[in-house]
Amino acid sequence: MSQTDLEIVVDDPTAPEDDSRSVVSSGAIEIVVCLLLLALAVTLGYDNWRTGASWDATGPEPGYFPFYLSVILGGGSLYGLVVALIAHRKASETFVTRAQARRVMAVFVPTLLFCAVTQFLGLYVASFLLIAGFMRLVGKIALWKSLLTAFLFTAIMFVTFDIAFDVIMPKGPLEAAFGH
Amino acid sequence: MEALGLLLHGFAVLLTWKTLVLMMVGLVLGIFVGVLPGLGGPNGVAILLPLTFTMDPTSAIVMLSCIYWGALFGGAITSILFNIPGEAWSVATTFDGYPMAQQGRAAEALTAAFTSSFVGSLVAVLLITFLAPMISSFALRFGPPEFFAVYLLTFCSFVGLGREAKHKTVISMALGLLLAGIGMDTVSGNLRMTFGSSELLRGINFLVAVIGLFGISEILLTMEERLALRGHAASISLRVVLGVWKDLPKYWVTLLRSSFIGCWLGITPGGAIAASFMGYNLAKRFAKEPESFGKGRIEGVFAPETAAHASGTSALLPMLALGIPGSGTAAILLGGLMVWGLNPGPLLFVEHKDFVWGLIASMYLGNIVGLVLVLTTVPIFASILRVPFAAVAPMIVVSCAIGAYAIQNAMFDIWLMLGFGIVGYVFKKIGIPLAPFTLALVLGNRAEDAFRLSMIGSGGNLKVFWSNGLVGSITTLAIVLLFWPVIDGVLARVRSPHPHGVKPTM
Repeated sequence: MSQTDLEIVVDDPTAPEDDSRSVVSSGAIEIVVCLLLLALAVTLGYDNWRTGASWDATGPEPGYFPFYLSVILGGGSLYGLVVALIAHRKASETFVTRAQARRVMAVFVPTLLFCAVTQFLGLYVASFLLIAGFMRLVGKIALWKSLLTAFLFTAIMFVTFDIAFDVIMPKGPLEAAFGH
Repeated sequence: MEALGLLLHGFAVLLTWKTLVLMMVGLVLGIFVGVLPGLGGPNGVAILLPLTFTMDPTSAIVMLSCIYWGALFGGAITSILFNIPGEAWSVATTFDGYPMAQQGRAAEALTAAFTSSFVGSLVAVLLITFLAPMISSFALRFGPPEFFAVYLLTFCSFVGLGREAKHKTVISMALGLLLAGIGMDTVSGNLRMTFGSSELLRGINFLVAVIGLFGISEILLTMEERLALRGHAASISLRVVLGVWKDLPKYWVTLLRSSFIGCWLGITPGGAIAASFMGYNLAKRFAKEPESFGKGRIEGVFAPETAAHASGTSALLPMLALGIPGSGTAAILLGGLMVWGLNPGPLLFVEHKDFVWGLIASMYLGNIVGLVLVLTTVPIFASILRVPFAAVAPMIVVSCAIGAYAIQNAMFDIWLMLGFGIVGYVFKKIGIPLAPFTLALVLGNRAEDAFRLSMIGSGGNLKVFWSNGLVGSITTLAIVLLFWPVIDGVLARVRSPHPHGVKPTM
């Protein structure tokens, strides 16, 4: 027998509003991406040409294969740029709305800080801070639940990776104080 | 018959308590990964790869492939109960799966999905068992030109047969191939594209890129959306399971057709997404009452799930036999093989028989155990979705960072992962496909080596790629596939000429 009552309901109180204004269009982002890729193709192409992109007595030089790939990347980006510029004149789709951008930043900024903190305090302390902080500040979850979840998750990761599987993670002063 | 003997040997390798426990752990983690929003098969496997670094290759690949099977099974749970496809290939499952759940037939739909997943995988594994050894022994005759031609065929078929704008696929692939070349040149020892950075000397590890591209970007994309859920909770009883299984022979044509489509699109790089939609569309087209599709018809669940799983599994065939992955996840598994010092390709069947046949045996056993596991634990896994995303998201970020760091013990890789996360987010939103990028990043060095060796051997003459019937046919096929959209357009015009020069009105 199947029990199919509507049972699982999860609300999202911080969901982005449907009528939020557009920050930037997809067309504009496509143009920027194509320009960046074109610049990358030129930079890498120049480096490979400098390394050697022709033939010598032993065969193709080290830059030969990647040089022509740079040319293909440059060509593709240039074509994409033209297509995006032509399409941009028409109405373009929204890349991200203001409300969506706010939520993306709510994940991205803590992730960026987590990477920076990992360098100084080690991965486990940074993980604890990220999980507890994110749950409390972004998810509005009770402080004790946030702290407990962060502690348990970090402890499980430590036991699994550092102790059970010998995969050593970056440590900071706290782990050093405990002899790790 | 030799394959059967070797397969039995594979089971003997596999049937140890340690491997069986790892298989269970892999399956549970995989279903978890499949159910959780913001995670999926490729990033699940990539993130959990470091767990296997200290294991022997057979145990490691068994665990990783079981994470893969588990993720494939788990995707159907959210599609049917919540109308949320966990993976793109589960989209077609929602068409009839969710209406079935709304009609109070959730358990029936889930049983149909899991069973058809099993059937699709089984057909693909049978194909791997009998075809992979033959292909690999044939591929032993390959030299560098033949290998480069096969790589070219893979790249060209992505461009020619892909659904995305062609220039975007070309950009994605060229970028992947270029980034694969960063670091020390394997032939000359020269440094390339490092710009004096000591961190770039190691090159860009594709697993780090994959974790960022799939894991971090998926978190950013998921966060963008409304994360409210409203769905069914279902448990599956033995009576429902037996009822669905009893009716299974009635749908043998659908199952067989979808398996065939799936295997075909898995071996060629068509992918599970195309397979699931094609399976669904053909089931609808050949049905007596096509209008009943989309309203809760069980064939609408059987067809896409069988095709997607046959495709996902058969993508491992070219990886094992030729060293060319047929999907993003197969590419990550291939990266795993390289981490353990194994060289995927035809020699694997000769030099590491225990490993290869242990893996193939684990595909059979993993699918049987996975089927039993999902049928009995659906309520537990469905309730995972009650966990707020605000708790899940930072845990996934931490897991991604652990995965990225553990590969080379480099802090720089965590930053690189974040960079690739942004790239993945932007690329996904503007329609630049990530699968060709991943594939190019994995195969880049091998393709370049094969190209250079071919050119050295021929004194720089490109005719080497047409020097014999085999390499000539593969290269020609590659070029045909590259220009397939143009050729297809011309053929369509020839087939349907407009009489009296009048174009039909739309």
